[in-house]
Amino acid sequence: MKLYCLSGHPTLPCNVLKFKSTTIMLDCGLDMTSTLNFLPLPLVQSPRLSKLPGWVLKDGSMFLDKELKECSGHVFVDSVPEFCLPETELLDLSTVDVILISNYHCMMALPYITEYTGFTGTVYATEPTVQIGRLLMEELVNSIERVPKAQSASMWKNKEVQRLLPAPLKDAVEVSMWRKCYTMPEVNAALSKIQLVGYSQKIELFGAVQVTPLSSGYALGSSNWIIQSHYEKVSYVSGSSLLTTHPQPMDQASLKNSDVLILTGLTQIPTANPDGMVGEFCSNLAMTVRNGGNVLVPCYPSGVIYDLLECLYQYIDSAGLSNVPFYFISPVANSSLEFSQIFAEWLCHNKQTKVYLPEPPFPHAELIQTNKLKHYPSIHGDFSNDFKQPCVVFTGHPSLRFGDVVHFMELWGKSSLNTVIFTEPDFSYLDALAPYQPLAMKCVYCPIDTRLNFIQVSKLLKEVQPLHVVCPEQYTQPPPTQSHRTDLMIDCQPPAMSYRRAEVLTLPYKRRYEKIEIMPDLADSLVPLEIKPGISLATVSAVLHTKDNKHVLQAGAGIPGMSALQEEVMSRDMLSSGCPGPLSLRPTSLQGLTEQPFPHGAAELAGPRTLGDTAQCGNSGM
Amino acid sequence: MCDPQSRFVARARRRFAMTRECAVLLPGVCAALADPRQPGLDDTCLEKLLDWFRSLTWFDPTVELVRDNPCVTELISSVLALPDPSPSILAFTLQLAGILASSESRFQLLQQEKLLGRLFGREGPRGGAAWEDASVRSAWLKGVHSMLHHLPALHCLCSTGGMDVIFTLQGDPSLFVASAASQLLVHMLTFSVDSETPKALSTEDCDWPPCAQMIVNHIKESLQSSSTSDIEQSLKLLSSLFGSCFGSCYAAWTEVLWLDIAKHIESFLLEETLQAQPVLASLLLNVARSPVFCGTEGSFWALVTSALEHLTPVQAAPLAVGLLKLCKCPQDVRIQALTVLLQPMDCILRAASQPLECAGLLDESVSDPVTVESLLSSKTSCAGLLCQTLAHLEKLLSLKHLIVDLPSVSLLHSLMTILQLCNGFLSPASPLGSTISRNLINSFRVQKSALDVLAALSEKKDCDTLIGSLFDVLLAYLQSPNTNPTVLKKTFQATSKWLVHLQELSSSSSQWQQTEKILEDVFVVLQKRLCSPCWEVRDSSLEFLTSMVKCLREQKEFRQCLLSSEVLRLTENLLEDPESYVRASAVTALGHLALITCFAPESPVIGNLYNKESIVAKLQEILSTDSEGFPRRAVISTFTKWLREGCTGQLEDTEQFVSRVIQTVEHDLDWEVRLGGLELVEVFCSQTICQLSQCPYAPVSSALKNSTPQNELLQVFCRAKLFGFLFGSLCDCDKPVGQRACDVLLGLRGHFYPVSTLENPQEIEDSPAGRGIAWLQRTLRQGSLAQNFPTDGGVGVNFQDPESMMLALGAIDLLELHDELNKSSDHVEESPQSLLQDILATLGTTEDNEVDCY
Repeated sequence: MKLYCLSGHPTLPCNVLKFKSTTIMLDCGLDMTSTLNFLPLPLVQSPRLSKLPGWVLKDGSMFLDKELKECSGHVFVDSVPEFCLPETELLDLSTVDVILISNYHCMMALPYITEYTGFTGTVYATEPTVQIGRLLMEELVNSIERVPKAQSASMWKNKEVQRLLPAPLKDAVEVSMWRKCYTMPEVNAALSKIQLVGYSQKIELFGAVQVTPLSSGYALGSSNWIIQSHYEKVSYVSGSSLLTTHPQPMDQASLKNSDVLILTGLTQIPTANPDGMVGEFCSNLAMTVRNGGNVLVPCYPSGVIYDLLECLYQYIDSAGLSNVPFYFISPVANSSLEFSQIFAEWLCHNKQTKVYLPEPPFPHAELIQTNKLKHYPSIHGDFSNDFKQPCVVFTGHPSLRFGDVVHFMELWGKSSLNTVIFTEPDFSYLDALAPYQPLAMKCVYCPIDTRLNFIQVSKLLKEVQPLHVVCPEQYTQPPPTQSHRTDLMIDCQPPAMSYRRAEVLTLPYKRRYEKIEIMPDLADSLVPLEIKPGISLATVSAVLHTKDNKHVLQAGAGIPGMSALQEEVMSRDMLSSGCPGPLSLRPTSLQGLTEQPFPHGAAELAGPRTLGDTAQCGNSGM
Repeated sequence: MCDPQSRFVARARRRFAMTRECAVLLPGVCAALADPRQPGLDDTCLEKLLDWFRSLTWFDPTVELVRDNPCVTELISSVLALPDPSPSILAFTLQLAGILASSESRFQLLQQEKLLGRLFGREGPRGGAAWEDASVRSAWLKGVHSMLHHLPALHCLCSTGGMDVIFTLQGDPSLFVASAASQLLVHMLTFSVDSETPKALSTEDCDWPPCAQMIVNHIKESLQSSSTSDIEQSLKLLSSLFGSCFGSCYAAWTEVLWLDIAKHIESFLLEETLQAQPVLASLLLNVARSPVFCGTEGSFWALVTSALEHLTPVQAAPLAVGLLKLCKCPQDVRIQALTVLLQPMDCILRAASQPLECAGLLDESVSDPVTVESLLSSKTSCAGLLCQTLAHLEKLLSLKHLIVDLPSVSLLHSLMTILQLCNGFLSPASPLGSTISRNLINSFRVQKSALDVLAALSEKKDCDTLIGSLFDVLLAYLQSPNTNPTVLKKTFQATSKWLVHLQELSSSSSQWQQTEKILEDVFVVLQKRLCSPCWEVRDSSLEFLTSMVKCLREQKEFRQCLLSSEVLRLTENLLEDPESYVRASAVTALGHLALITCFAPESPVIGNLYNKESIVAKLQEILSTDSEGFPRRAVISTFTKWLREGCTGQLEDTEQFVSRVIQTVEHDLDWEVRLGGLELVEVFCSQTICQLSQCPYAPVSSALKNSTPQNELLQVFCRAKLFGFLFGSLCDCDKPVGQRACDVLLGLRGHFYPVSTLENPQEIEDSPAGRGIAWLQRTLRQGSLAQNFPTDGGVGVNFQDPESMMLALGAIDLLELHDELNKSSDHVEESPQSLLQDILATLGTTEDNEVDCY
């Protein structure tokens, strides 16, 4: 059992699990922090950005001044933003059989995998994940494509040149692998490979393993996955939450008795309590608006925004903000708000019950109805007619490098009355703000990350008691900036096994059993001998047929000694030749025999056998 | 004239007396109680009946009570005759007999009737089937306890083997029974020594009387026993004994007893297997408190020191706190006790600091930190130990006269360290510090306790050097979105106290720049907290604001920071808050802020609400329209405060203001608002009297009754419509309102009528106004039953006519009304007669039901 780690980002994972004869990709998250190295893409011509000086090397060389621009001591690439893809060289991605998606944030690299690697398998995800994932991709593509950039910078990526650059460009990893954004046709092609699944639905993969999505409580349709064979169980926990927000609660019970638990997607801000952050968000919003300022909330078009709107719905009247307009600007704003209301079965119990009243599950419907919340596809068009200040604007992208947010940063950045409130935890707010410096507007960082924190993880692990835990290396040590906070790491026994980008892990679990069926006629011919009360043994001599990962023992005509019944267990030779591991005999079709698996090595299979779909087993001579 | 105590006794005697009605009802009650067919009466009724008998026997020790009411002894005999009495009736009988036998004469009478032996002696319930019931065992002990107030009872009990029963019951599985047995033994020992010893016992001449000797022997034997429970029982008994010995008369013989047992106690301290350490600590503390050991010399204090060394910090802490409160405690013991208490704080300080950075709280030579370190290293005990220590420290700091000097600076340093460990802001230097830090992160319990101590420490004067860092810690808590709302409230409280200290500091030195910076930071965070979506946070922020204004409004820097912040406007907005508690707090805060803004002599020009007219109008609006009681109560308190502070302007303005308020509150549904209205009226009356009378404190003589100031006063009160409100309130369905109104009217009458000049109500009916007043008198007698009390003069009473009101004040017997209103509302229901009737009714109802069933 091996794990190939293709992403170094703990909350945007991309791992490949080789288990039995299957190759399963677990998520394909796209690390977008690379875009922070690029200049923002303004929707309208920005004199400030266009006048930024080119970067000059210490020795006075100016050959990079077209590609790199300097702003307040930071250097940015003046080009279309590029993304850091998951590792593609670690293994042949065309051999991936299936991709399991846990939530819509963890599928943003999907087009790169399905459209560029020869992938021919199937992708499994829940419906809300696919629909909202599509919206996120659509917004991303739209935001980048609508601001075409004439030039493309590549010189700086040269290793020799990169060495000369200032940090963080100097330290950026695998820049040669960075890619421009995919296109809508690629998105559509990728999404067409997805097969929809529901929670607790059991999906057979080639008869070898069964995969099951479970509710993870983090986002609409978000899932953890169980990957199990007859004797082994691997749990993949990615982006889970135990807080009472809008999604269905997390299914913890099904994670019990796992042999291996792969744990990713914990909160990125373990010291920030989401409740406190929501309070902080509201307070700062109210104070800014009361002083006549505007509030800008860079955000994704789905997820926490639903909870924020719900919170504001309750708060605005008490805070005397009823007359302040709230704008949600995104090419997918309308779809996102509508979608959230129709996925009732994926919502928490309270919201589900509202549907039967019937009422919309989310109160943002009422905000829209009462004109307190207005949504627009972009700043162009109707928005410019309706725009009133002071106001609150929710818009993307949280990296502040593309999307309508760039326009508002340019528009409002000069006034100290305005405030930008960062609620998405994916990007460092200081890095995000760097190309806008000097900035007069107030900046408030209240990241709202509802994913599991370390206390919750500790309780979860005590509850589900996996034999082994595997997690990104970041979770096995305190955060670099708070080295004394030993409470901010995973504490379990045995210690968690950690991985990092481009690493291949041999998981510490040895498979010991395999299920074999005995054909009824062969079973009829067996004469069990009771060796002690409740346990009977019979020797079997038969032919082992292996097809589609199913193993069947059949009476073999013409095999010497067939009359002598002998019991057989897969030999070590078979294991080493790539057959699927040691076997245990489960005489399911045999009346009178015990159901107990035979211990490994109780008897060895010997004699000639042919490799391929059918293994022929001869008399062991025991 | 009788003194108040005699009057109280006489009233109680009257209240609990065996009246003719009770005497008639009692036989029926006794017969019903003794009837086995009756189902058990509820325990509360039986307890009330016993209370009544206890009072009866206390006021009347003679034998007449039993002789005149033979049904009582018949009840006892009947119960004893029952083959299988119910535990509750048997328990009742045991206690009743004990109460009756509390006087020697009745004891003899009951002995003659051979009742006591059958109840408390060998042939009694002890050892029988009923004894299995804990309530019977408990009642037996209570009965004996009641009885043992004279020697015949004591001798009788000793001679019938009662002592052994009590000794056995000390180890009863029921904790109530075991405790009662222990208390009884304490009582018997002291009673025996007091009553049976002709001369005081001393160490030289100690001849215990027989009963006391038995108990002392039992104690000694138990202490030498191999059974832990025996030892523990004796230690508890001794602890109760020394805990109850406050008089000096006990000194001699308790010292004798102590000398006999001290060596055992000493050995127990060294025995780690014994699980009685908490009792040992309690015993030592009680002995230390008793008058026996007045001197500071002697082996006792050495034993206490040994206890402080050998008990664990958790066990020793209550002993240490108790010792620190004792005046007579020797200095070295006090230091040891302080060491025990401060050790966890010292350990925190050392563990979190660089080796040479901080000297710690304690001298290393007196400190043995191993146990404390291990407790603080454990996740399960760390928070518990710290919370206990912090609670003890808070208690000590709250004492006005603490004999020992607490090292305030180091203590403050330690508290700051704890708070920083709790929010993860401190990176400890040592491995122990890291472990403690891990145990403490996000512990709200420890945060709350530490903030309580921090607030208490603000009274100490020598912490000035750390004040800057302290505010850094407090501001970090105030600013952090992760601070729990209750922790935030405590932080506000501590901040408020330390701001007062800061003010004192800055006025005495040139630290105003630091003060200004701190105040600015506080206001920034307060603004944010006032906008919190969590109402508890908004509420505690407003309370904090109020508390700051109360303490700091005279300080220039404070006023500047306040007026330049958004706080005023935000507070104004919170008057509309959806949560009523927040609206109430906003009203209170605004009331205090107005003292700085619109009511200040040099009123600064601020927003809309902060001018006098609009603020009064806004609060009036809340008073008349807010649907919840809390904001309306806050408004009326604010108005009263303003009136007290003289903010409502000249008399005419005040008169109109009070009149408007009265008209708003008199029909308020919330009685506390109406009560608040009466308080406002009371303040208004006293202020007006002061203003218009020549001598504010002296009652006006009868000669001046018709003089101008008096008339003017009456006219002012009538114009303000006070009398309608006051007389109407006398009939308020909520008693406190009536009582307060009566108090105010009595005060007014005291002013207008010196005692000798009161009108005779019989004589006033001749005039039309007089007839109205007579009607008023009759109506008021109905009290709260008077429906639709007319305040508009519809029945001939003109409440705005000064002459009529003068007449009313003189004629109406307000004192009688006052007495009537002050009677407890259940005075009828609580009478013995009512109790007996209730019992009869309850038992009778059951009988009726049974008949119905047939």
